[in-house]
Amino acid sequence: MLNRYPLWKTLMVAFIVAFGALYATPNLYGEDPAVQVSGLRGVEANAATLDTIKTNLTDNNIDFANIVLEKGQILARFKNTEDQLKARDVLDDKLGKKYSVALNLTPATPDWLAAIGGTPMKLGLDLSGGVSFLMEVNMKEAINKAKVGMVGDFRGDLRNEKIRYRSVKEDGNAIVVKFRKVEDLEKGQLLLKKRYRDLLLSTDEDTLTLTAQMTEQKLKEIREYALQQNITIIRNRVNELGVAEPLVQRQGKKHIVIELPGVQDTAKAKEILNATATIEFRLVDTEGDLNAALNGRIPASSILLREKDGKPILLNKRIMLTGDHITDAKSGFDEYSRPQVNISLDSAGGSKMSNGTKSNIGKPMATVFIEYKPTDKRDLEGNLIFEKVQEVISVATIQSRLGKSFRITGAGSQTEAHNLALLLRAGALIAPISIVEERTVGPTLGAENVQLGFQAILMGFGLVFIFMIIYYRAFGVVANMALGANLVLIIGVMSLIPGATLTLPGMAGIVLTVGMAVDANVLIFERIREEIREGKSIQQAIHQGYDAAFSTIIDANITTLIAALILFAVGTGPVKGFAVTLSIGIITSMFTSVVGTRAVVNAVWGGKSLKKLSI
Amino acid sequence: MQILQLKETVAFMSYRKIAMIFSALLMIASLASLATNKLNFGLDFTGGTLIEVGFEQAADLKKIRQVMAENGFNDAKVQFYGSSRDVVIRLGLREDVKAEMLGNEVLAVLESGSGQKVDMRRIEFVGASVGDELAEQGGLAMLTALICILIYVAFRFEWRFAVGSVVALFHDVLLTLGLFSILQLEFDLTVLAAILAVIGYSLNDTIVVSDRIRENFRKVRDTLPEDIINISLTQTLSRTFITSITTLLVLAALFFRGGELIHGFATALLFGVFVGTYSSIYVASLVALALGVSREDLIPEVIDKEGAEQEQMMP
Repeated sequence: MLNRYPLWKTLMVAFIVAFGALYATPNLYGEDPAVQVSGLRGVEANAATLDTIKTNLTDNNIDFANIVLEKGQILARFKNTEDQLKARDVLDDKLGKKYSVALNLTPATPDWLAAIGGTPMKLGLDLSGGVSFLMEVNMKEAINKAKVGMVGDFRGDLRNEKIRYRSVKEDGNAIVVKFRKVEDLEKGQLLLKKRYRDLLLSTDEDTLTLTAQMTEQKLKEIREYALQQNITIIRNRVNELGVAEPLVQRQGKKHIVIELPGVQDTAKAKEILNATATIEFRLVDTEGDLNAALNGRIPASSILLREKDGKPILLNKRIMLTGDHITDAKSGFDEYSRPQVNISLDSAGGSKMSNGTKSNIGKPMATVFIEYKPTDKRDLEGNLIFEKVQEVISVATIQSRLGKSFRITGAGSQTEAHNLALLLRAGALIAPISIVEERTVGPTLGAENVQLGFQAILMGFGLVFIFMIIYYRAFGVVANMALGANLVLIIGVMSLIPGATLTLPGMAGIVLTVGMAVDANVLIFERIREEIREGKSIQQAIHQGYDAAFSTIIDANITTLIAALILFAVGTGPVKGFAVTLSIGIITSMFTSVVGTRAVVNAVWGGKSLKKLSI
Repeated sequence: MQILQLKETVAFMSYRKIAMIFSALLMIASLASLATNKLNFGLDFTGGTLIEVGFEQAADLKKIRQVMAENGFNDAKVQFYGSSRDVVIRLGLREDVKAEMLGNEVLAVLESGSGQKVDMRRIEFVGASVGDELAEQGGLAMLTALICILIYVAFRFEWRFAVGSVVALFHDVLLTLGLFSILQLEFDLTVLAAILAVIGYSLNDTIVVSDRIRENFRKVRDTLPEDIINISLTQTLSRTFITSITTLLVLAALFFRGGELIHGFATALLFGVFVGTYSSIYVASLVALALGVSREDLIPEVIDKEGAEQEQMMP
């Protein structure tokens, strides 16, 4: 019995620990104050923006450490917060409303580490401070609206095909059409069956009724659409908040999580999240005098608005169509592979559009995006005053009489077409949302939590460390090495997994793992002692100890892992953080305390004939 | 160093009647308290608003209550949180549409009412539907965990051990819930997480013991199941104690150093680990014994294990 590890095994252990240590190192570097500039509403920051920012900073004698353009965002790092604040004010002033300028803290990871994907752990809001909202989409309303839309569509379709009906009504999750004659019922059934493949149709010839039931699939689609649409809108709004690294994510079937790190003024954030946006289609007033309008003489039948690039434009006062008639908008390509946006309207919208465009073929039509943005002012009752912001997001020439579905080409690049589609959908929010949960942590409490967590980890670690050395002497030192390696691995893995966030309960999870990770070593060492007591040779005892304890360790850890994984599945926020560190800790501790300690034990005590063991 | 140097086998199972009565009494007490006192559910489950603020000087609770009442928050519960400068204000759910704005309103009221600069430490608002859903999910999570573990243990060991370990888990969870009910400690999400961790820990302990029982059934022949269990418990006792000590050490660190926010979490785990250690000795093995675990039940496992041992005998 020699207790030797082949060289590759020892090297593998060393490599894994070194790998963990490497990816844990970014956590040792602090954070640089930075300013993050991102485009709003389809505008992307580009090389030109980068140049503007550079010139502005140099002109104002603000030193920056470095400045980079990445994924349509510009990040400028500074040596101190003073420069950072100055830069924010200057840029906010110079870049105008098309960009959001946010303060940020970016990790000061050295370039070589960043190049191999090294980033520090992400801190949860309970540690970094900030606000998290849980918003719920009103699915009942989404389905209601879909039903109302369908009632209108049915009526329009039947009327267009000249099929006479008595009534079209909604009833529960179904739509009931009553006819006057059996022939009409049959014709109606044929027509609707052809048009709406995702509905279950059934007819009753005695009462001359046709019932269209929404399939589970269709209901699911509606819910899914409502959720996705809301997420899109909220993303847009959150970007306007000027928060660095916001998170907007779906949770379950009807919830959206919004995390805004560093935000203190939660009142403002809530107002913005609850704000409404609409879309309007108007004809462009091609006859009015733009110059006169700019000088204040706006024609009585027109309004003066501005396009995205600030160019003024005169529009008819009369609204051709409002955005609540939009049922869908998708970006795609036309036959010449130019980007386009396909828009679908409900039947009422379709006839309005048809009437509005029939005598205006060849004329330009503008799409206006209207948003209510909170100002810093409050009314007498203390409510925030909202400012109506109108912007022309697209101007397109009407090519032919438009109906229920039409398309807008010439929207620019593919990204712009995509963004236009998003905004158009935003104009017709099919399901309202409301804030159902808020958790705000102030910066002082966050910093305090970090400190407390660290203290607890250090203290727990220290206590176990001392205990193990007293109790197991040399083998205690080996166990402690495994504990240290385990901590490094947990931090390394946490830093490497993009979704893993460190929270206060997560730190508690690390502490708990420290306590439980030694269990594997206790099991092994106790077994070795037992074997020695039974008179086995030292080498045999070591071998037997590791071997016999192995299956027990696996069983015990897998069951804890089951509990941790279930917690991960149902938990949210901080509790999920606990499940994450606990799960990672269990897996890494199995490696360090079984394979890791064995490597050390084999290297130190293996292959020799020993009379006594320091255990 | 060694804390326990046991030369003789401890006759654990001869105290089984006492242990059984003891456990039964504690479980009944827990159930009774849960039925009458219920759990003091935290904001996570009940819904409502919580505002934690820090003052520069020691706060005057009476004055804060008065200010709150004057501004229409009659139902506000005002308490110190950790220190006399740290105050927590709790509000129940309201019918108002703008329930989510309450926290900000309270903050404004406090700022104007106290004349001091108030540091917003945290605001939590939980809507009614969220709380209900959470309670349902939490219960479901615990049940799923228990069932998954039951399946795993039954698959790895034997159904008698599986039943034994799940009864032990149930025992631990019930007693921990009982403690929270009797002392009326706040039961929030982190406590729920702690209880799931207790399930993990207690099981860990139970499995180590069951593993040894299985091993001894194969090794030691012609011995009564009761004695096998006694031998196994004695052999693993040292490990059980040491692991409990290290875990309790780190939990003590969390309890005393972790801060107010995870106090409940640490409390649940401290108690849970304590009970879990006891239950792995008495409850789990006792149930397996009562269900008539015997050598024959564990024989199929013997074959491959003996092969493994032979291999080790080779030089």
